[in-house]
Amino acid sequence: MKSALNLRNVVVVLVIAGLVLLPVYSALTGKVFILTMFTRIIILALAAASLNLIMGYGGMMSFGHAAYLGIGGYAVGILAFEGTGSGFIQWPVALLASALFALVIGALSLRTRGVYFIMITLAFAQMAYYIASSLSRYGADDGLTIYKRSNFGGVVDLSNRTQFYYVCLACLLGGTYLIWRIVNSRFGLVVQGVRSNEQRMQAIGFNANRYRLVCFVISGTICGLAGALLANNTDFVSPAVMYWTRSGDLMVMVILGGMGTLFGPVIGAIVFLLLEELLSQVTEYWAMIMGPLLLLIVLFARGGIMGLLGRFSRG
Amino acid sequence: MLVVVEQSLNGLQFGLLLFLLAAGLTLVFGIMDFVNLAHGSLYMMGAYFAATFVAWTGNFILGAVMALGATLLLGILLEFVALRHLYGRDHLDHVLATFGLILFFNDAVRLIWGPAGLALPLPAWLTVPVQLLPGVYYPAYRLSIIAVALLVAALLYVVVMRTRIGMLIRAGASNREMIGALGINIKLLFTLVFGLGAALAGLAGLMQAPILTVQIGMGENILILAFVIIVIGGIGSIRGAFMAAIFVGMIDTLGRAFLPDLLRKVLSSTAASTAAPALSSMLIYLLMAIVLVVRPEGLFPAAKR
Repeated sequence: MKSALNLRNVVVVLVIAGLVLLPVYSALTGKVFILTMFTRIIILALAAASLNLIMGYGGMMSFGHAAYLGIGGYAVGILAFEGTGSGFIQWPVALLASALFALVIGALSLRTRGVYFIMITLAFAQMAYYIASSLSRYGADDGLTIYKRSNFGGVVDLSNRTQFYYVCLACLLGGTYLIWRIVNSRFGLVVQGVRSNEQRMQAIGFNANRYRLVCFVISGTICGLAGALLANNTDFVSPAVMYWTRSGDLMVMVILGGMGTLFGPVIGAIVFLLLEELLSQVTEYWAMIMGPLLLLIVLFARGGIMGLLGRFSRG
Repeated sequence: MLVVVEQSLNGLQFGLLLFLLAAGLTLVFGIMDFVNLAHGSLYMMGAYFAATFVAWTGNFILGAVMALGATLLLGILLEFVALRHLYGRDHLDHVLATFGLILFFNDAVRLIWGPAGLALPLPAWLTVPVQLLPGVYYPAYRLSIIAVALLVAALLYVVVMRTRIGMLIRAGASNREMIGALGINIKLLFTLVFGLGAALAGLAGLMQAPILTVQIGMGENILILAFVIIVIGGIGSIRGAFMAAIFVGMIDTLGRAFLPDLLRKVLSSTAASTAAPALSSMLIYLLMAIVLVVRPEGLFPAAKR
């Protein structure tokens, strides 16, 4: 049993404490901007965490994860547009739609491995993007404005910035807890076993593909929730949400934080999005710095931030 | 009838263009086992170089040849500086590193050429329509794209199947370590192959440039089509890429041209006009899904390693 008090865990605890206390800081200093920025960061961290479930633990390199952000978002947006404002209907529909999409895409994509899988998930996500772009009733390319956020009766008021922040944070922590439980369950161990040695798992009687598919669907569903949150956050949903560069961003967040670690994606999302924010304040051409930075991370810092922290605490 | 001939030729032309892009991608993957997302950026750079050099020299052919050379050099430089350190790494590393390169190229282009698109005007002798059959005219430029692409495809076939360097390329694809052990300079071979792939992408980009505008991100959508082609044709197989590219080019073009009318015969006209654009953009992906169900390794898989 490793000591619980190592650098990694200290950093994780500090980050969570920081996220919980952020609205207090924002209220005391009057900096509203920081609260809205972190709401977005937390939502995308949830999406990255869901991607980590299949990428880090399941070994499935999905390059189309942003599709679920879009599907969750459009489920909320379309229902709101058609006059169904209740979050008790919108959110389950968002989850269900994402799960269904993941089921179909997963069943097809999981017939392949490796690079094929990367390309195919990318292609299907792009298909979803084109379909959304051709929905002329729902704004097509221009997107769909959501005039009223999901209505949860008297339970929570999503239009209240602080309440919405805590809803998002609860979703992130709940999602991470769920992923932790999954990863350490018998099911999760089988999925990880399939990642390391598929043949052996097959030989001892596990239907590898079925386990993979279930894992893929769970991941897509969690990301669909992030999509519903994101749509509520921006009061808007457009095909751009699922453009393939967004899938790439999610992948980068996971790798940057540390693939296959529970809190890696959360830290990766925070660092990536803060870096994006900082660089874009310095120069309009921030991607010219971000791109080569990615290349350097891939070349020299494998294992991401969590890997680095682990290396330091080993001394 | 006339429209059918014209759209079929458009489909063929688009398919051949896709082949140039997919051939480079599949060559690099087959030989170096390297996934290059930045291939679409090389396509874009080819178009920007062409627009710049043509405007500078005032001669379309000269400018195009210079742009081709520039893309080739850029590819070799890219391989030499960054990508060769990634061979043998996980595919995920390739995807991330080249994703970073896409970000870089897009912003570099925005910095150098500005956010607005460029136009690449055609010389007068390429804009005249050519009479193919009595009463059937087709733009000379699109015909010349078909001719050039077919020529390049034939050349590629001869180089890969009939020359010593092609023999090395095929040997490298089937067993990298072995041909290294036999005293072949594998690093140089890889650099050359990457340069060749870059030049093919650049050629596709500069030929497409006069038809569409030259703009940032132009390589991204077409790159995904190239992926679909590789998946359908079988990774690493140039023959498969050729067949699949023509197939995809045809289906995409004909689907967009005729699907709305076909649907209108079955559905009400309002339902058809909403469903048609969605369906025609889905068509290729549906095709890919079908191929995956029937033959997950692609229609023409490269020989087993």
